[in-house]
Amino acid sequence: MTLDLIIAALMTVVGLTTPILLAGLGELVTEKSGVLNLGVEGMMLMGAISGFAVTVFTFNPWLGVLGAAFGGAASSMLFAVLVLQLNSNQVATGLALTIFGTGLSSLIGLSFVGRIVPPFSSIFPAALSRHPVWQVIFGYSPIVYFALIMVPITAWFLHRTRAGLILRAVGENDHSAHSIGYSVVGVRYAAIAFGGAMAGIGGAYFSMVITPMWAEKMTAGRGWIALALVVFAGWRTGRLLAGAYFFGILMALELYAKAAGFSFMPSQFWAAMPYLMTVAALTIISARGTQGANAPACLGKPFLPST
Amino acid sequence: MEPSSLPPRLDLTGITKRFPGVLANDHVGFAVRPGEIHALLGENGAGKSTLVKMIYGIMQPDAGEIAWNGQRVTIANPKAARKLGIGMVFQHFSLFEAMTVLENIALGMDASIPARALEAKILSVMGQYGLKLDPHRIVSTLSVGERQRIEIVRALLLNPKLLIMDEPTSVLTPQEVDQLFVVLRQLASEGCSILYISHKLHEIKALCDSATILRGGKLVDTCDPKVETSRSMAEKMIGGSLKDIQRNADRSFGPDKLVVKALSLTPPGAFAVALREISFSVRAGEIFGIAGVAGNGQNSLLLALSGEEVAPDHGAVVVNGDAVGGLAAKERRLKGMASVPEERNGHAAVPTFSLTDNAVLTARDRLGMVRAGLIDARAARTYAGEVIEAFSVKATGPGAAAESLSGGNLQKYIMGREILQKPQVLVVSQPTWGVDAGAAAAIHQALVDLAATGSAIVVISQDLDELLSLCDTLAVINEGRLSAPMKVADANIEEIGLLMGGIHGEGGSAHAA
Amino acid sequence: MRLKLEKRPEPSIAMQVLTPILSVVATMFIGMIVFDLLGIDGFRAVVDIFLTPLLASYKWQDVAVKAAPLIIIALGLSVGNRAQVWNIGAEGQYIIGALCAAGVGIAFGPVGGFFVVLLMILAGMLGGGAWAAVPAVLRTRFNVNEILSSLMLTYVAAQVLSYLVGGPWKDPNGRNFPATAPLQPDQTLPILVPGTTIHLGVLIALVLPFVFWLVMSRAVFGYQVRVVGSSPQAARHGGFDSRRTIMSTLIIGGAMAGLAGALELTGALKAINLGFPSGYGFSAIIVSFLGRLNPIGCLIAGIVLAVTYVGGQVAQTTVHIPNATAGIFQAMMLFMILASDILIRYRVRLVASAKPQTVAGE
Repeated sequence: MTLDLIIAALMTVVGLTTPILLAGLGELVTEKSGVLNLGVEGMMLMGAISGFAVTVFTFNPWLGVLGAAFGGAASSMLFAVLVLQLNSNQVATGLALTIFGTGLSSLIGLSFVGRIVPPFSSIFPAALSRHPVWQVIFGYSPIVYFALIMVPITAWFLHRTRAGLILRAVGENDHSAHSIGYSVVGVRYAAIAFGGAMAGIGGAYFSMVITPMWAEKMTAGRGWIALALVVFAGWRTGRLLAGAYFFGILMALELYAKAAGFSFMPSQFWAAMPYLMTVAALTIISARGTQGANAPACLGKPFLPST
Repeated sequence: MEPSSLPPRLDLTGITKRFPGVLANDHVGFAVRPGEIHALLGENGAGKSTLVKMIYGIMQPDAGEIAWNGQRVTIANPKAARKLGIGMVFQHFSLFEAMTVLENIALGMDASIPARALEAKILSVMGQYGLKLDPHRIVSTLSVGERQRIEIVRALLLNPKLLIMDEPTSVLTPQEVDQLFVVLRQLASEGCSILYISHKLHEIKALCDSATILRGGKLVDTCDPKVETSRSMAEKMIGGSLKDIQRNADRSFGPDKLVVKALSLTPPGAFAVALREISFSVRAGEIFGIAGVAGNGQNSLLLALSGEEVAPDHGAVVVNGDAVGGLAAKERRLKGMASVPEERNGHAAVPTFSLTDNAVLTARDRLGMVRAGLIDARAARTYAGEVIEAFSVKATGPGAAAESLSGGNLQKYIMGREILQKPQVLVVSQPTWGVDAGAAAAIHQALVDLAATGSAIVVISQDLDELLSLCDTLAVINEGRLSAPMKVADANIEEIGLLMGGIHGEGGSAHAA
Repeated sequence: MRLKLEKRPEPSIAMQVLTPILSVVATMFIGMIVFDLLGIDGFRAVVDIFLTPLLASYKWQDVAVKAAPLIIIALGLSVGNRAQVWNIGAEGQYIIGALCAAGVGIAFGPVGGFFVVLLMILAGMLGGGAWAAVPAVLRTRFNVNEILSSLMLTYVAAQVLSYLVGGPWKDPNGRNFPATAPLQPDQTLPILVPGTTIHLGVLIALVLPFVFWLVMSRAVFGYQVRVVGSSPQAARHGGFDSRRTIMSTLIIGGAMAGLAGALELTGALKAINLGFPSGYGFSAIIVSFLGRLNPIGCLIAGIVLAVTYVGGQVAQTTVHIPNATAGIFQAMMLFMILASDILIRYRVRLVASAKPQTVAGE
């Protein structure tokens, strides 16, 4: 293998990792507040089309990212109202959001098929971002750096700020938090919206950076991988980052399998690999039972105050 | 004591709160002076909890006035209550299991205080009142008494002018109760008023300056507990005369019906307490009580006896001469072992199911409600009707959802469901927890009557008074170990208290808790 | 004035029946408004999607053939959902079921007849059940979340299909198109109504709901599933093994999806190509909720969903709405039914808000 190939492979891994890292961080915060939102895939698609559409109209990818965050957060509010206000089943409502987001993004996307969007200008000088070697550090879209910065920021928020403490408390024991006087529903709205916004940006990475164009169902199940990632990480931000890169490498394998001479197995085997490995990873983590300690105790349970 | 010319710390007039179908508080009014320890006394369902929730701002009254130091106020939420200087220690602790003591206390503070400064404040408050607690421990590793201390420290950090204590002693050993009273008296002497909610009359006589008694949402009386007798207060609380358990004084016991031999078991789950070498036997006609502070293995013991957890050693549990240790709940029931767990909703009964469907849960095999894999719904409905009738359960009928019944009525139904199956052995946990006095008396009588027919009964309870009045024999469980049994007639409260606190045998000294 | 929820003493049976109907009606109205806003003739679109398939008799056979797999899969999923088990990988189990049936058919070569078809169908059920047994074992032995594992296996199943139809099972006479050879004529299900596409699978889909109803509402097994779903501790107290119950509900779900796949292959499509997975496994989740997890409800809801599928195709040609629209309508119905769930246990009251005047603190 040449250096060029290695650098290209590394950059592919970073690219594949970014969307699941973003969506995973968002879902981690949502779940820490005690809400299981299975609509990640739908929110990613809504973010992908919103970001794409805004960029098409404004020619400004930065506004596009804002649009993606808004699109993801707005669609998450549909879920939030049902789950928080009407106490609907979180699993079923999350599924409904995924089905809905898939359908609605396809419908909106019809008029955007074949359009292209301007790319981000690099935030580093071209000498670095186009450098044959240093591009492996400086050659990415700003979304990649944003995702990486959000890892320590999320960790700091959850464990070093009062707001983070309250959010964890709400996910740990909603009734206690309520009786002390915290707004369980309010905190959860915010956490769901954050999850939606992050998933939206993650989705926009597909339509605005990877391809960059719109295609139906373009996130191809990555929302589900992001959900698995949160469990895999045991609700810890550091392990989420490591897990995201682990899955990123698996997904890159599929693309590089032939080139790397892995043709002893059919291509479908490599395509199925990330999903099989997700199941295997979940099994190892769940069987050890260690992630339970950090799992929010109220995850997925409806909250009904007794007043 | 401050001069009586000062306005009362808290003055309630005409407080009324209505829930669908219930008038929880009906024009309740009383006053608490500065530095006074004021008891709020009443049965379950008398409206005590609703009243204090309104004082603490969790609920709003439909009518009535709250005055604070002579000023009329509206307490919109707990935060507003704390701002006024009202602190509360809940009966069911509002703690976060997976977090540290420090984080739990920080959550109870309204202002953001840096962790270091908060820790220093906590240590100083604990020093002032002689409370011991490590701020960095995770709550799930603490005993019940220690958890209560977190709540107390949390409330004290806010320099409360009024501290509400909701049934604080129900989870403590007699020695821990004494320590708590020392803290409360010190607080009162410093001018803090205390609203002390309880139904334990001897505690109120020992601690409180005055007592307000509620019954059915209405104020019955405000009196001086030092002047009243326990019996007179109890009768005001119940609204009638106390009924004593009726039983044959010269009853005798038959052969062993339940023998437990060196039962050791570690149930799954992070918070379960392992049972260690538990041995005891119960004879026909005997009521065997198991006392202990919550969280010392009572749940594990009930699961191990009912068969919900199977013992590793088949001979560890013997019912009527048959070893059943290796059998699961379904098979043990066929051998004559019935049980009633502590939690009514979600363990003894399915809350959303009808009483008929709940009859099927434990009676289907013993009473032949299943034919060719199909459930005989008519047989189940008939049986549910019989239980409702025999135990005077107040319900709209066998079709009523279990969760629609009051605690006392559901408990009577569950007791009846097991007792009418005529079990050889009945194991019950907390039979009168959260149940009104009428239902409690009925349940106690039913247990005594069942024993009189020759069944062996095990009662696991944290309520020592209940065990002393109900049981023939008593043992204490502590950290999964059971003490040697003693005859209730010869039992010594002091010794039982020490056993509950983990001091085994004689000559042990009380440990500093 | 504000809305206040009051708990009902008993769940309302009227609401259990009424809310799914209202959900469909509300979806039609909202759909009409949304389409008008998008510049499409909303009234026409809704009529075409929801009513044309029912009014035009030549569409009935399409509805019946589409409803059959939806109903059969939803029946199995409802059993799991009752036990609070969330198998969202029915699509994968459906694919594997069809592949197993095809495999048996291919193994028998030119031989066909009743027993071969029966074997193919049984193989489908076994295959689907086995595919679901993976998440079942992982959940009950290692506590792995079945939502994620069952879904991941759907992606794997799609790759298995892609590999088989593009490789070992590729039709040699198929001009290199990735698809299996069409089944032998006597390896297929009989047509029930001559001149239509209504096959034996449709009859099975009509009979099974009544079998499931008997089991779920009368048998101890159905009771056991409901107890495990409502409160696992009470189930243990009643002497039911939660692990075994969860295991069997997942496997039943998989077997039903596998059955649907085998029937779809032998009754409707006769061959497997890359387009074989058409989302029935996901739509069946909606069917199961719209049918309120009740087997007879699933029968009706399956027909409703089939109508929107067929109607969606009609509307594609009449008012030129995209294919994705049917999915949006289905998701909206699911949202509506979930939102109205609360009406079964609660009553909504309009109350005057009595907010006090003086407020201490914030």
